[in-house]
Amino acid sequence: MSESVQVTNNLTNPEASSQRTLYPYVTGTSVVAIKYKDGILMAADMGGSYGSTLRYKSVERMKSVGKHSVLGASGEISDFQEILRYLDELILHDNMWDDGNSLGPKEVHNYLTRLMYNRRNKFNPLWNSLVLGGVKNGQKYLGSVSMIGVHFEDNHVATGFGNHLARPILRDEWKEDLSFEEGVKLLEKCMRVLLYRDRSAVNKLQIAKLTEEGMTISQPYSLKTFWGYGAFQNPTVGAEGSW
Amino acid sequence: MFRNQYDTDVTTWSPAGRLFQVEYAMEAVKQGSAAIGLRSKSHVVLACVNKSNSELSSHQKKIFKADDHIGVAIAGLTADGRVLSRYMRSECINYSYSYESPLPVGRLVVQLADKAQVCTQRSWKRPYGVGLLVAGLDESGAHLYYNCPSGNYFEYQAFAIGSRSQAAKTYLERKFESFSTSSRENLLKDALFAIRETLQGERLTSSICTVAVLGVGEAFQILDQKTVQALIDAFEIAGEEAPAAEGDAPDQSAAGSGPTTDQGPPAEPDVAPMET
Repeated sequence: MSESVQVTNNLTNPEASSQRTLYPYVTGTSVVAIKYKDGILMAADMGGSYGSTLRYKSVERMKSVGKHSVLGASGEISDFQEILRYLDELILHDNMWDDGNSLGPKEVHNYLTRLMYNRRNKFNPLWNSLVLGGVKNGQKYLGSVSMIGVHFEDNHVATGFGNHLARPILRDEWKEDLSFEEGVKLLEKCMRVLLYRDRSAVNKLQIAKLTEEGMTISQPYSLKTFWGYGAFQNPTVGAEGSW
Repeated sequence: MFRNQYDTDVTTWSPAGRLFQVEYAMEAVKQGSAAIGLRSKSHVVLACVNKSNSELSSHQKKIFKADDHIGVAIAGLTADGRVLSRYMRSECINYSYSYESPLPVGRLVVQLADKAQVCTQRSWKRPYGVGLLVAGLDESGAHLYYNCPSGNYFEYQAFAIGSRSQAAKTYLERKFESFSTSSRENLLKDALFAIRETLQGERLTSSICTVAVLGVGEAFQILDQKTVQALIDAFEIAGEEAPAAEGDAPDQSAAGSGPTTDQGPPAEPDVAPMET
């Protein structure tokens, strides 16, 4: 009973029908997060785009990790789900020690960095930009990891378009010890700009709050928008030769 | 424990439910030179007796740093101890690499214990012949653990292992209740006193003992000989031909008002010599 099994991998045949990630299919757009008085606030819309089609509108792009952290992701949704499975196993083994120690946001952030960088080195990246925030023993932590393993910590982070549209707002208006209401207002201001200007944004978002007590995530809701500008009433007025 | 027909293999139980090879391994720990550890809420001190075989040779290393926040003192087969220290260092650095955080000492101790247990359940292995006093710091403060060749581990406020460790244990048992709130200096003093107890009258100098300390805000370090000798002198611990029951702690101040012994410093001119 002999079976010949053909084993090809990237080493034996580099050009073989590749099993590595080439481009993302279903993607989420920006995640924005800030530190505030009691912990972390994170916002992300619920859209999953299929190329330029806004196909899925109820994708939860933020999930809690263990007791102390929350993870938000943009990029390929299936890779995000894979990352959640890795983290699930990590937290499970952490809990199995049953010894009073637990992985905090700093540890999870570093683990994710190693994970993303390792995949990048194999030319098979997890196509995500991640935001990892948490509070442990009163210490707030907020970090970011990209698909190539670039990582850093800051008082406010964002992914994708959020870096270009939201961060400048946060640089001007973020301050230490924002109240919950101030923080939400600030995030909503960022998300509104993204909604107007990012083509892959959808008007259905959630805000996650993470404090020492744990994570709560809001019900999905929409932002009020205003389109009543004069230029939109008669868009072709003044454009000569247009039809 | 005498030789019997159930002690050839580690995988053979005796009718009384004992694994003699494991018990013999614990005997090996008792033959090694003494090592002691004690801790307060914020600091842990490890100290050991380091006697070289001859005047020509150097003494064996018995205290190892595993990481900035974990150190270990060994007693027994030092070769086994060295191998286990290497394992501890490896685990610490791998954890730091993945999580950018120090490995919680409680987890390292469990890993060591599980490693030791494996050797009690394989016919082609033998138990490690070394006892480990693991000193470490984690989020909940300072810890001291003892790892046995049997695969058991225990947490202690203070402990001593190796030959003549009972004398040190007796001293520590008397004083351990105060260790929790002891200062770093007092902890070092008590460690040196405990070591002196195991010497049974022989003079304590820094050339025959090693002391290491770690604490909140202080990375694990083995104190150099000069520092240790200064501590011995400051606390007037040297004691020569003094009975092992000597337990009077000298006064805190190093000025010659402590109990005078033959080796004590000469009485200061302005201080009346004390009755011995």
